[in-house]
Amino acid sequence: MPNFIDRRLNPKDKSLGNRRRFLKRAREELKRTIKEHVKTGRIADMDAGRKVPMPARGADEPTFQPARGSGDRQYVLPGNREYTPGDRIDKQPGAGGTGSAAGTGRDDDDFQFLLSREEVLDLFFEDLELPDMVKLSLKEAVAYKPRRAGFATSGSPTNINVGRTMRNSYGRRIALQRPGRKVVEAIAEEIARLEAETTPDTTRRQRIEALREKLDLLERRRRRISYVDPVDIRFNRFERQPLPNANAVMFCLMDVSSSMGEREKDLAKRFFVLLHLFLKRRYDRIDIVFIRHTDEAGEVDEDTFFYSPQSGGTVVSTALEEMQRIIEERYPAKEWNIYAAQASDGDNISRDSERCAALLNGPLMRLCQYYAYVEIIDERETEIFGSTDNGTSLWRAYRTVDGEWPNFQMTRIARPSDIYPVFRKLFARQPTLQYRS
Amino acid sequence: MGKNAASKLLFQSSDWSFKTLSHAYDAIETIALDELGLDVYPNQLEIISSEQMLDAYSSVGMPLMYQHWSFGKRFVFEEHGYRKGHHGLAYELVINSNPCITYLMEENTMAMQTLVTAHAAFGHNHFFKNNYLFRQWTDAGAILSYMEFAKKYITKCEERHGTSAVEVILDSAHALMDQGVFRYRRPPRLSSKKEQERARERLEYEEQTYSDLWRTLPRATGRPDPEEAERDALERKKVLNLPEENLLYFLEKNSLILEPWQRELLRIVRVIAQYFYPQRQTKVMNEGCATFVHYTIINRLFDQGKISEGAMLEMLHSHSSVVFQPHFDDPRFSGLNPYALGLSLMQEIERICNHPTSEDRDWFPQIAGSGQWRETLLDAWANHRDESFILQYLSPHLIRKFRLFLLTDQADEKYCEVASIHNERGYEAIRKALARSYDVGANQQDIQVVDVDLLGDRRLRLQHNIKNGILLEEGNRDATLRHIRHLWGYDVSLAGIDAETGDVRYECSTTQLGG
Repeated sequence: MPNFIDRRLNPKDKSLGNRRRFLKRAREELKRTIKEHVKTGRIADMDAGRKVPMPARGADEPTFQPARGSGDRQYVLPGNREYTPGDRIDKQPGAGGTGSAAGTGRDDDDFQFLLSREEVLDLFFEDLELPDMVKLSLKEAVAYKPRRAGFATSGSPTNINVGRTMRNSYGRRIALQRPGRKVVEAIAEEIARLEAETTPDTTRRQRIEALREKLDLLERRRRRISYVDPVDIRFNRFERQPLPNANAVMFCLMDVSSSMGEREKDLAKRFFVLLHLFLKRRYDRIDIVFIRHTDEAGEVDEDTFFYSPQSGGTVVSTALEEMQRIIEERYPAKEWNIYAAQASDGDNISRDSERCAALLNGPLMRLCQYYAYVEIIDERETEIFGSTDNGTSLWRAYRTVDGEWPNFQMTRIARPSDIYPVFRKLFARQPTLQYRS
Repeated sequence: MGKNAASKLLFQSSDWSFKTLSHAYDAIETIALDELGLDVYPNQLEIISSEQMLDAYSSVGMPLMYQHWSFGKRFVFEEHGYRKGHHGLAYELVINSNPCITYLMEENTMAMQTLVTAHAAFGHNHFFKNNYLFRQWTDAGAILSYMEFAKKYITKCEERHGTSAVEVILDSAHALMDQGVFRYRRPPRLSSKKEQERARERLEYEEQTYSDLWRTLPRATGRPDPEEAERDALERKKVLNLPEENLLYFLEKNSLILEPWQRELLRIVRVIAQYFYPQRQTKVMNEGCATFVHYTIINRLFDQGKISEGAMLEMLHSHSSVVFQPHFDDPRFSGLNPYALGLSLMQEIERICNHPTSEDRDWFPQIAGSGQWRETLLDAWANHRDESFILQYLSPHLIRKFRLFLLTDQADEKYCEVASIHNERGYEAIRKALARSYDVGANQQDIQVVDVDLLGDRRLRLQHNIKNGILLEEGNRDATLRHIRHLWGYDVSLAGIDAETGDVRYECSTTQLGG
């Protein structure tokens, strides 16, 4: 008698530690991949799990290996058909012989592995310098509640669906010809009637016998074919569904005039991604509206927004007007939570900045849950502009809005780690969202 | 009658339970021990899930393993392949330990579990217990407790010295794993856990009582005598026991910069490499033995009426896909299948013993027609490795059956030449070449420590004995040399010497490489 051990219930993920170590080792390479992805991918699916090619650097394990194409070798191969000693076989790849004899096996080049959502976000957050609590709350899964989803053959007794069960039972009873109660009662009644008649004769006795037999048969049949059988029983099935949240719309406003270069756009994109991640956690459905502007604004798709160059002057208020128009047209503030994020290098045509402030102070801030403005500056400028109120005309104009509205946030950013402070309010435990009318 | 026949069956449905597993085990055991005369370690059968199988894969098949990123890489790789359906998972995994641990996959049907039990728990188990390589070079009783010690020790080191400090040592040690085995000298037996504990305690005591004062004692002065220096060097070389083929062993004992715990890490890696060395030399025999045993046993069980026809067909289907040997020009070809070759070699022995042809009588006069195939096989399993087994038992009949041919490939020619085929003139050459191709020691790169001048620049001189003109792949070579330098602490140089002519084919050293 051998010793049997059931190991299936042993703790899982024995390799998790090894996998973590491997990821840590490949971190630089992975970070580069994710960065690339932030640049090219869509904002909305930034936090999906990702396939990443196996990083070559940092993960190789060198050993002393024989060099191909040196020395004399001998191979013994099976399946000779036509060769005789002295035959020569070309060494062209695919011509048989050496190529297959070397037995290269796997090709590492196309090997990809999957990063989970959490791992992707970890890498994404890395240089944003988010506080740990915020990281945690962004990764937090959505709340679920059970929702009816069809029927199942197994479940807990409290979930039995009586209607379905009885329907199945009825069908089965018909199919198996279970005698009904009325039929049995009718026969029993007839027997009683015949017995009640006083004059007994043989034919009647025979008839009673026959009926008794039939009754007995039916009774047995009724016993054998149960009224409700375990196969009839159906249970209500429930599926975990994410809790429906209200809808949100996120406006991305960006200045695309020629002064916005690659670096500025990359920073802006990270800023938009972060806002989107935050909103995704809170809302069931999020629409993203991209509005770009030079001296005139227009709604565009994501690709055009980030990649299609456009030249012209800069009139910021056009974007705000466009946003207001779209809100009125498609996103009534009663049904939608409106968030807006604006990225710009601060350039604006003179006198327009006042108009922007007026637009915000007027209708827009009343409609918006939250409005974030980032001004992307050169790293060299950080020291000059660090914390002063000086700066571009747009910055000065927005300062007045900032003082007025608690749900307005603005900051200057020069590197990724500057982005987070804009959102600090959003991640506060009790967001102040009372400014809706 | 029908009912009677059914009741003899070991199992009816394809689902397994511990009861049917145990029934089948008993039936298999009776055949294996009484009819085949196998001699096995006590068995321990463990049921695992596919995920645990992947875990076991990535930690080189050991139930206990220390943590290292390369195992994570292997896990990710295997998992990827498995998910994509590039390859399935093994039905079982067996560990050379006492008791012999066999992992059975939970997904297997009862028929598969029967097959696999016969294959692993008796075939491999018998081979592990009886083959001379395993008996002499591995200690099945001690390996599990040693691995437990290794895992704990490395975890302790990580806590004390940090994960990355441990990791760099292990990285370097892993690079030298192939050069970390004794090929000819028998390694010292694994000492028991207690003894190791004692050694560790002694080391810790020495660390604690180390006094720096001794270092300040003035050295004896005097004019260095060149002759004496020469003699000293020779003496030292003798003391260092050079040349030394086991690089890890040499570094562990003689490296000037390693801390005691780092030496212990090298030792752990070396012990594991040594433990697996016999398996690499007996791949064909080991799989052949297991396949022969399971094939014989399931046929016996079927003859006894203990297996239904359906189950038998399922087993035969699996058996035949395992021993499938595609031809060299088939896209599925990836070298000779050790299962196919091993099984055929062993079935040949059975055939030659029982029904020899006149050719067999010429080639195998000792065993042809003796009828003692069991004894012959038991003897072969105990006393051969792949190379000697093929050299001894590859019959002309089998060469014809596989239609083997010998191809020579010279690097500077544009073509390969067919040297021998399956005819009278070719048998000997093919047999010899095939046997040589299974000689792990001869096919591995022969790199040895030849000299180290401890008084001078302390450069570690390695020598690569180039066989058949096969050089080392340069990128890997340089990276591995850097690893050696990391463990040695001083410069390392490698000279490639042609084994036949004695010419120096290349020289490189870590000073040129930089870093």
